[in-house]
Amino acid sequence: MRTKQTYKALLLLALSASFAAVAAETAVTDSDRIEQYREMISDGNPAEFDEMRGEELWKKAAGPNKVSLEQCDLGKGAGVVKGAYAELPKFFKDTQQVQDLESRLLTCMTTLQGFTEDEIAAKPFASEKKASDISSLATYVVGQSKGIKMAVSTKHPKVKESYEIGKRIFNYRAGPYDFACSTCHATTGVRIRMQDLPNLSHNKKDAQTAYTTWPAYRVSQGLTRSFQWRLNDCFRQQRFPEPKFASEATVALTTFLAVSANGAEFAGPGLKR
Amino acid sequence: MNAKLLMSITVSAAFALAMAPAQAEKAASNLDAKTAEIVKRDFRDKGIAKATRVNQDELQAACSKYVDKLPPKLKAKLEAKEAEAIKLPVDGKFMGDWKAGEKLAQSGRGMTWSDKAEDPAGGNCYNCHQLSSKEIAFGTIGPSLLNFGKVRGNGEDIQRYVYARIYNAKAANACANMPRFGHMGILSEAQMKDLVALLLDPESPVNK
Ligand code: HEC
Ligand code: HEC
Repeated sequence: MRTKQTYKALLLLALSASFAAVAAETAVTDSDRIEQYREMISDGNPAEFDEMRGEELWKKAAGPNKVSLEQCDLGKGAGVVKGAYAELPKFFKDTQQVQDLESRLLTCMTTLQGFTEDEIAAKPFASEKKASDISSLATYVVGQSKGIKMAVSTKHPKVKESYEIGKRIFNYRAGPYDFACSTCHATTGVRIRMQDLPNLSHNKKDAQTAYTTWPAYRVSQGLTRSFQWRLNDCFRQQRFPEPKFASEATVALTTFLAVSANGAEFAGPGLKR
Repeated sequence: MNAKLLMSITVSAAFALAMAPAQAEKAASNLDAKTAEIVKRDFRDKGIAKATRVNQDELQAACSKYVDKLPPKLKAKLEAKEAEAIKLPVDGKFMGDWKAGEKLAQSGRGMTWSDKAEDPAGGNCYNCHQLSSKEIAFGTIGPSLLNFGKVRGNGEDIQRYVYARIYNAKAANACANMPRFGHMGILSEAQMKDLVALLLDPESPVNK
């Protein structure tokens, strides 16, 4: 693996190349530009550092109970990480709930390690100033599904219900701008300014690509962002209040988006503008 | 098979057929109710974006329920209601300053939880529309408005039309993707006039 410095230098180079393209006043969309970054750093992704951080956290004894997460059951049995993300969200018997990755990690961190929910939910996302443990853990777990086909089952009636509720949340218009996810993500081939918008509800391929490329290292922000951060920031743009972390609402929305991505090979962590 | 049995099979089959859509409708409305309950519980205040923002008005609720495809009668009723609430400028003038309008059209700020209450909201117009030929970073959710005044003229009727459209886009199309800038108090009367000028003034870059 390359050093962090080498990545940074390469990314800076890619960034300036893209700005030069803008200066030339051609209509270059952000997707065109990200394709350039990708070519330039094809042999690696800085998100690997977050994966490594997550792996260390997974294996390290922590919390009041001083145990690791290696007994955490992500749906494929205690300690099985490989391929777990490609089948989430799932219904879990012990909690009697449909849970996505973050919600399940939260369960393990509270029941196994003895953390309180509030302690973890207080730092759900990474920022420029500080990493987030649950976000790094998610990056690690997700990375262990790379190359595996998305296969979220809706056989369980509770998962089916969660999917249906998620679809309704996707179309739920409210707030001062009357926006829903569907305002920006239900038409193919449109964009906001220069940012291409995936059609997440009526275009299988768009839905698959969007879901299977998060978490992602964001070049413009210089840090690895989780899928839950992506949803959170879209709620912000939607002029909504903030969804509670790992709540039934975010799990349902995630179920809708994950099921829509079924059949695609998982490709994350990805690389975004 | 005797006639009585045949009759009862036919009746119950007909009954089942009649029940299926009714049951599906009931299941859907249960899910709608459950969704509303979850949304009301699972969002919280952040900055200026208060949790109460998830409470829908009649129009938002209808467009969500029917996923923007309203039954024609309901659509007409809601549009009439939105149109009735439009407040036109009291001085009868619709055209402001296109230069101020261009600045507003460029700004995508305002009303998110990372904005401050005192930050003025922009118009977000370039997020969704092409306007001036000089601005290449435009969105495509809405139609291109390039040359709008050149094509549609700039007499009083079209001025009133554009003002009303910005004030409340839902009066013309109940589930349009464009925000209701006047109705929701996002932009002031003077700001909306500046935007009318941006679209219609012959000197505006939209028409150059
Ligand atoms: C006002 C428009 C808008 C709304 C409303 C909106 N989004 Fe987005 N969304 C965007 C933009 C713009 C991007 C791309 C950002 C970028 O390129 O960095 C995006 C990106 C995404 C992505 C990542 C796509 C990818 O391929 O990386 C997902 C997933 C997503 N949105 C889901 C949602 C969901 C779910 C909702 C509803 C909670 C929503 N969005 C609401 C504008 C919006
Ligand atoms: C979220 C996207 C969005 C934003 C932001 C937006 N619009 Fe629109 N606009 C639309 C859509 C979509 C339509 C088509 C309306 C319909 O479906 O009936 C439209 C239609 C219009 C029309 C009518 C066009 C015609 O041919 O009659 C005008 C005028 C207009 N917009 C002006 C503006 C102005 C000015 C702004 C900024 C204050 C703005 N819009 C912001 C999406 C948007």
